[in-house]
Amino acid sequence: MIFDTAIIGAGPAGMQAACDLRARELSVIVLDEQPAPGGQIWRGVERNCQPGSELAQRLGAEYRQGAGVARSFRACGADYRPLSRVWQIEETGPDATEQCWQVFVIREGQAEVVEARRVLLAIGAQERPVPFPGWTHPGVMTVGAAQIMLKSGGLLPEGPVWICGAGPLPLLYAHQLRKLGGQIAGFLDTAPRDTVRRGLPHLSGALRDWKSLAKGLAWQAGLRAAGLRRETGVRQLRAEGKDRLERIRWETPEGEKTAPAGVLLIHEGLVPSVHPTLSLQCEHTWSDAQQSLRPVLDAWGETTRRGLFVAGDAAGIDGARAALAKGTLAAVGIARSLDVLSEAKAKQARAAGDRALSKARATRPLLDTLYPAPEGKISDDVIVCRCEELTAGQIRAAAGRGSADPNRVKSETRAGMGPCQGRQCGYTVARLIAEAHDMPRAEVGFHNIRPPLKPVSVGELASLGKAKA
Amino acid sequence: MFRPLPDSSEGPTVTVFVEGQPVEAYVGETAASVLLRHLGTARTTSISESPRAPFCMMGCCFDCLAEIDGKGSTQSCLEPVRDGMTIARQMSARKVVAR
Amino acid sequence: MRAGADLIVIGGGLHGLSAALQSARRGLRVVLLEGAFTGRHASGATAAGVRSLARAVEELPLSLEAQAQWEDMTALVGDDCGFHAVGQVQVAMDAEAKARIKARIARLKAAGMHHESWIDPDRLAELVPVMQPGALGAAYVALDGSADPHRTIRAFRAACLEADVEILENRPVTWLGREETHWTVVAGGTSHVAPTIVNAAGAWGRQIARLAGDLLNVGIKNSMMIVTERCEPCLGPVVSAQNRKLSFKQTADGTFLIGGGVQGRLRPDGDSASVDFGALSGAMSTTLALFPWVADLRLVRAWAGMEAATADLLPVIGPSARAPGLIHAFGFSGHGFQLVPSVGRVIADLAETGRTRTDLSAFDPGRLATNRKAA
Ligand SMILES: Cc1cc2nc3c(=O)[nH]c(=O)nc-3n(C[C@H](O)[C@H](O)[C@H](O)COP(=O)(O)OP(=O)(O)OC[C@H]3O[C@@H](n4cnc5c(N)ncnc54)[C@H](O)[C@@H]3O)c2cc1C
Ligand code: FES
Repeated sequence: MIFDTAIIGAGPAGMQAACDLRARELSVIVLDEQPAPGGQIWRGVERNCQPGSELAQRLGAEYRQGAGVARSFRACGADYRPLSRVWQIEETGPDATEQCWQVFVIREGQAEVVEARRVLLAIGAQERPVPFPGWTHPGVMTVGAAQIMLKSGGLLPEGPVWICGAGPLPLLYAHQLRKLGGQIAGFLDTAPRDTVRRGLPHLSGALRDWKSLAKGLAWQAGLRAAGLRRETGVRQLRAEGKDRLERIRWETPEGEKTAPAGVLLIHEGLVPSVHPTLSLQCEHTWSDAQQSLRPVLDAWGETTRRGLFVAGDAAGIDGARAALAKGTLAAVGIARSLDVLSEAKAKQARAAGDRALSKARATRPLLDTLYPAPEGKISDDVIVCRCEELTAGQIRAAAGRGSADPNRVKSETRAGMGPCQGRQCGYTVARLIAEAHDMPRAEVGFHNIRPPLKPVSVGELASLGKAKA
Repeated sequence: MFRPLPDSSEGPTVTVFVEGQPVEAYVGETAASVLLRHLGTARTTSISESPRAPFCMMGCCFDCLAEIDGKGSTQSCLEPVRDGMTIARQMSARKVVAR
Repeated sequence: MRAGADLIVIGGGLHGLSAALQSARRGLRVVLLEGAFTGRHASGATAAGVRSLARAVEELPLSLEAQAQWEDMTALVGDDCGFHAVGQVQVAMDAEAKARIKARIARLKAAGMHHESWIDPDRLAELVPVMQPGALGAAYVALDGSADPHRTIRAFRAACLEADVEILENRPVTWLGREETHWTVVAGGTSHVAPTIVNAAGAWGRQIARLAGDLLNVGIKNSMMIVTERCEPCLGPVVSAQNRKLSFKQTADGTFLIGGGVQGRLRPDGDSASVDFGALSGAMSTTLALFPWVADLRLVRAWAGMEAATADLLPVIGPSARAPGLIHAFGFSGHGFQLVPSVGRVIADLAETGRTRTDLSAFDPGRLATNRKAA
């Protein structure tokens, strides 16, 4: 069967788009590698929102809202396939009469091909990797990872727990942890100290969404009231220990400090998941405000490849409410491109969606300014490529040896050739190249992404032939 | 490193085997989270053999690679626990077992 | 406009680098123009097998010369390029394959070439203990092996710079013109002049030839490769099979490289190739029959590399008959990596003196000449 649309990702954007497309009676298949709907923000939402759940209360109203969306999604009639990993997307040859996409999926060790007229990537974001000495030690993980442990297993970190970084997520997580009785040794804030002054010009725009602003201020006030140790202007973080994290060290303008640590949770913002659009050679642009790439989209959410759409944080970091709006807009765009929505109706629907999106984005310029991507110098001994265990020094040396092409540096050093395909090192390598060639980061680009997008075994690959035969 | 909330410890559990030892796991958590709770690491790297633990929990760092139900190099953060699942760390480069 | 070059090499793959290096060592002033960066295409995408085994007899003189050069690569470029003489075996999976291999070895012996030998299943099992039993034996060349392609590129590039080759990257050649004794080459906004030019443009060799007015009938191959995760070392020789799609080896990093000539897709722009997983999946059967344990290994990357291929699968090496001062060195049809040092020597001969002691008749560009624009 050829579906009207294959949606990859069952987070807010993917679920919303599925519901909207089903409401227009289009056939939809939704593929997601997680066991249940919700994406990252609403991970485990069905499990946790059972009546009487303490956890659901503590996670907050925004989290509980996901239960309703997941319910509508379950009921919308889309063919939902959890635990399905998309590892390759191809467009059928130019000789085919009608445009069709092939989405290669692994499910329970078996490869299959899903065919659809349109593809919507609603694959969300990942946390921005920011290397520092010792970030590969066991005991160091991301704030998002710890939050996932909380949402999927109801687990709280223990040992002296430190949170280091900047952005709404560490604040939210610290707030959630406190309400659940978790202990935090301290919060190391890496935002520049003058960040509030820098944010002022964006304040009036952000006031359009004063509720979100108030929430953020309330989290901070709550943490202060609880007497949480907080350090600002933090730089030069180091994680130290023999075979695992034992202690951390950091600098502030007042001097160097150290403390014992059992768990160090780090977070420096999010970056869109762009591996599929990069591998499909869609055009991308560099966002200076978010220091990351994003696919170029038209007003309908379509990439520079016809029939391929992107919604949610994969299109730019804007948060869950914006992801819902982007899901709606992409569904309008897809319905229009499949000729089930007239141009006039589509424009009408788009106007409403655009308004919702613009409101949901109101605080974004402020947040982007308050929490810029860190720019501190990465010292030569720091591991940049976690997979191939390459240091900043090795990458710098290769970067200086020839052209500023990330593909050249990749083939010379193997950075980005490990299993993560550069998801951890790609931006840092590009940054080191920009530094070596004294050029703007935006001009460096990203290395070519080779398939598969997600790991598949040779046996699973071979099973594809059998599935087809 | 991690402890369960009352919600979890009172909720449904399954038994998994971590390097041979039976262990109680909370329905919803992943094999990576079980490894973190019980061993604190998931693997040692194939190059310098240094220890690594799950880092991102969402499929993009590959530091949670482990042997799940005998299958090597599995991203354990993407494997929800199942009753009877076997979980083991993956030490160093994979060994090829011919025949 | 720059003056003063004796030779312009078009293409910064390994053949371009080798020709540039060896010409510069003879005292020629060499400029190398590369459209992207050195090693961007086939030279970086290659399986890097160093193989005289089962080569066309026409290529053997160059191949055996190269074999000796690979043994002592440090003498040429100051680095061993990660070459290890781990040997290569070509397995016979059925009686017909066995008969063909034996006949080939007999023919080679009759012609005085003794590099290949037949080994029986016991010896094969000793050499490749991780292979399933069942093969009827194999052809074996102990001096063959494989190298590290990126290290090779780096070494040739460094040696070129040392020898004062001017390497210019991001300079795709878009125009060629001949005036009496000189070529003018326009590349990425700059123009360069020299009496002699070398066409080492790989998959784009046909286009370069056409710019020079030499229409050649040459096609394109997009061979796919896959590489697995790193494993403990367990496989020495490179393994192929007679008349089957198989090429299997373990690299020094511990990863396994699986190739064998399955073809990917040319993208509509004609300028890049992409992987066809349907085709790749079908081609796994020989690999899995001989090495069933590979099924459990994680595939880390797959790619398709572009290279020019001729109808007789022999390269295009030698002076153009139609364009004076143009020397071709492309069309290696998927097996040119091993020939890099010896073909570079031949091109340097031609560039320096216009002659070479090597018989190039089988590689004569004239055999592919066409009057029509090639499709
Ligand atoms: C770790 C983390 C924690 C966050 N925590 C919060 C928070 O507490 N509060 C908040 O307001 N915002 C949070 N955010 C931001 C918030 O998650 C996003 O703004 C919002 O969820 C975006 O929705 P989405 O639908 O675009 O993406 P997502 O919710 O990420 O959904 C994408 C889905 O695609 C799936 N997927 C990706 N690739 C493939 C593939 N190849 N095959 C199959 N499936 C695939 C993923 O598993 C996922 O389910 C967090 C983000 C991250 C990354
Ligand atoms: S913890 Fe990062 S991939 Fe599993």
